[in-house]
Amino acid sequence: MNLIVNAQPREVTATTLANALSELGFTGPAIATALNGQFVPREARDTAALNDGDRLEVLAPMQGG
Amino acid sequence: MEIYGTEVNSRLLLGTAQYPSPKVLADAIQASGSDIITVSLRRETADGSGAGFWELLRDTGTRILPNTAGCHSVQEAVTTAQMAREVFGTNWIKLEVIGHSDTLQPDVFGLVEAARILCANGFQVFPYTTDDLVVGEKLVEAGCELLMPWGAPIGSGQGLRNPDGLRAMRAHFPDIPLIVDAGIGRPSDACQAMELGMDAVLLNTAVAKAADPVTMAAAMAQGVVAGRQGFLADPMERRDMAVPSTPILGLAEFG
Repeated sequence: MNLIVNAQPREVTATTLANALSELGFTGPAIATALNGQFVPREARDTAALNDGDRLEVLAPMQGG
Repeated sequence: MEIYGTEVNSRLLLGTAQYPSPKVLADAIQASGSDIITVSLRRETADGSGAGFWELLRDTGTRILPNTAGCHSVQEAVTTAQMAREVFGTNWIKLEVIGHSDTLQPDVFGLVEAARILCANGFQVFPYTTDDLVVGEKLVEAGCELLMPWGAPIGSGQGLRNPDGLRAMRAHFPDIPLIVDAGIGRPSDACQAMELGMDAVLLNTAVAKAADPVTMAAAMAQGVVAGRQGFLADPMERRDMAVPSTPILGLAEFG
């Protein structure tokens, strides 16, 4: 399945958000996710189904003003 | 000072971006005495680069105020706020809805809409706004318990462009905490904001881009304290003419 992950095209075999994060190496605890512009809470990642072409954002703490 | 039910000692809020190194950032936070520091969320890399920064933040012992910097729409800001709440474990959100990429001026229409959505969902919103009184009223109606008017465009270091506007805000919102956010360049700017009766100052670039950020952080803290004390002491009225401070009575005559 082809996804757009943080604006980059990526291919995964996973069909859920949780599995895709693991497959893509996003294993740190301090991340948050959004699928097609909508926030997906941590507890919903296991059941969040992915579709071809989905846009996934994976964000982490960063310096800010 | 109390912010959303939390007692804070320092009236200086400090941003964490653009420092020359993580150590300088940590030292500057300590020198500033700030209780509250601002952070953001950005795209993570697979190597987990965000985790190290998060550990540094937690070691400072300060309260975290995540922002929605860079968001240009209500949807972006709301989604970012939701993500920040999960990562940082706080309902606090510094809400920025940017209206123009060059000026970084707040889109006050989107700001009010986003504030309404977030307040209804349990967020405690710190809205980055202008000194417009009507917009301030709308934000308060939306559920914001404080307002953060800009002093000048973000990162410009111009100081307070419109002191009269801030003075009017103080008079119009006597019981709402007002935090000047953006535009502060020098300790005297921070001092001026506090002399006007602002409750606190939020700044980042002025410290991070000083040649010596740690010393500047301390200087800003002193500027804030001096301005606050000056406000509380109720300064004298300005006079158009000179008035001798040394008594005339008893002056010797030698002629």
